Amino acid sequence: MTTLIQYLQYFLNGITLGAIYALIALGYTMVYGILKFINFAHGDILMVGAYTGLLTYTALLGDSTNGAWMLIAFFLAMLVSMAFCAILGMFIEKVAYKPLRNANRLAPLLSAIGVSFILSNGAAWIFGTQSRRFPYPFDDTPIVIAGLSITPHQILTIVVSIIMMIVLTSFVNKTRMGKAMRATSLDQPTSELMGIDVNHVISMTFAIGSALAAVGGILASFDFRVSASMGTMTGLKAFVAAVIGGIGNIQGAMLGGIILGILESVGAPLLGIPSSLRDAIAFAVLIIILLVKPDGILGKNEREKV
Amino acid sequence: MSDTLLTIDGISVKYGSIEALHEVSMSVKRGDIVSLIGANGAGKSTLLKAVMAQVPLSSGSITFEGNEICSTKKHGRTTHQLASLGMALVPEGRHVFADMTVEENLDMGAFLVRDSKEIDRKKEEMFDFFPILSQRRKQKTRSLSGGEQQMMAIARALMSSPKLLLLDEPGLGLAPLIVQDIFHKIRKINEEDKVTVFLVEQNARMALKNSTTGYVIETGNIVLSDTSENLLNNEKVKAAYLGE
Ligand SMILES: Nc1ncnc2c1ncn2[C@@H]1O[C@H](COP(=O)(O)OP(=O)(O)O)[C@@H](O)[C@H]1O
Ligand SMILES: [Mg+2]
Repeated sequence: MTTLIQYLQYFLNGITLGAIYALIALGYTMVYGILKFINFAHGDILMVGAYTGLLTYTALLGDSTNGAWMLIAFFLAMLVSMAFCAILGMFIEKVAYKPLRNANRLAPLLSAIGVSFILSNGAAWIFGTQSRRFPYPFDDTPIVIAGLSITPHQILTIVVSIIMMIVLTSFVNKTRMGKAMRATSLDQPTSELMGIDVNHVISMTFAIGSALAAVGGILASFDFRVSASMGTMTGLKAFVAAVIGGIGNIQGAMLGGIILGILESVGAPLLGIPSSLRDAIAFAVLIIILLVKPDGILGKNEREKV
Repeated sequence: MSDTLLTIDGISVKYGSIEALHEVSMSVKRGDIVSLIGANGAGKSTLLKAVMAQVPLSSGSITFEGNEICSTKKHGRTTHQLASLGMALVPEGRHVFADMTVEENLDMGAFLVRDSKEIDRKKEEMFDFFPILSQRRKQKTRSLSGGEQQMMAIARALMSSPKLLLLDEPGLGLAPLIVQDIFHKIRKINEEDKVTVFLVEQNARMALKNSTTGYVIETGNIVLSDTSENLLNNEKVKAAYLGE
């Protein structure tokens, strides 16, 4: 028998997992919102982010066991990884997608799959196929409150994700560049008439999406370890989360991520299916959503164009 | 400073094998309201799109304030660069950012204005000029009526204080009284703010009554050009466009 407290525990674990999905889903949804294109290489960006974070963290740490420095080094490594992935994301867009912008819709999709192979095979070639552990930058002994246990890395994941989402939301709603992104996703030709350089907006979108994926990749490393193939399944699930929430919609990606994380975590014990089938839940949910509300939970109907 | 603001010199535009504009030439004098009238499908929107570099030219060139802005050369100015030169187009069908509020739409119109005080001043000016927008400033633009959306689209274009305002069928699909109101506003913008206006219309009477110079376009060719007054009295125009 699974007790209520156990379900609450699964729920809590689901929120942590969902926060990671949400961070990664944002990149899919922002790019889709503007280019109507699924960036299938996005999952591999999170893998690059995780490796960059791990290597930077290890290098900064050296032999130090100083607790404060471990935390500082971890956040510095996260910043370095965000910057590196932002530049990588912009570079990939320039080289692999921009030249195909006026081509057949299938062309950029195939190019993205190509980029995905280059990144994951490149990482396997450089780092080997052995997965690595991302060391905790603190003592990860669980804290038990009223029977519920939460680990410091879960707290870190939730706090960092919330901060990222708040920063992104205010960027998109308040800043000049953020509003230009929204305008571009609503109506590209009219945005150009306003004087918005759409190429610049697209570059920024890839930069921001990739930086968020870097954070997601580092946070995911605690649970899934760092490996060349780590981006595939997590990326795919985040994509499912973006579709569940309504692809193209930023709040939708956040909501979709959290919902998917909770359903995965609570679903298996609730339905009494083995946890090895957990991955199937995401795709079952995807199919149900596509049947019931194809535009996703917060997706808008395409009726707005008068 | 030259008297001519915009010169269109022998431009042709093709969509695939169909030629939508054939060696069209015209000019817009600083301070004027110039109208281009023509039936549906004659090439009016294509002409405005060509001016804003939204479609490529297959021949000819376009000059704004004495500088060539569009030609058949590969690296011409892009649309957003033209906006920064002081050209603003209110596209056919208004193309408001429906998911944004009226105020946010105006902010987008002021994208190139860096000074936030200037943006606020300009917004208040627009709210004075279009009082109905003032009441709707916090509403999503999708909830506005057609006439209100048209006014918002014009206000949005004026936020950048353009030298040349291009209007693509500002009266399309609106009730006669509202069309009158909009044309009245266009004249005021021209007279009081000294904005040069180039408008295209199917509503020939409205356009010619409210402009100084007129051109008539038929299947991609300019067939007539004269003062608007003369065109209003031209027998051919009367028969074909004024229903007299
Ligand atoms: N994107 C397009 N692709 C192909 N043909 C087009 C396109 N836009 C317009 N046309 C054609 O070009 C001609 C002129 O169209 P347009 O400039 O929109 O006319 P108007 O604005 O005067 O109604 C029409 O025959 C129209 O069908
Ligand atoms: Mg038209």
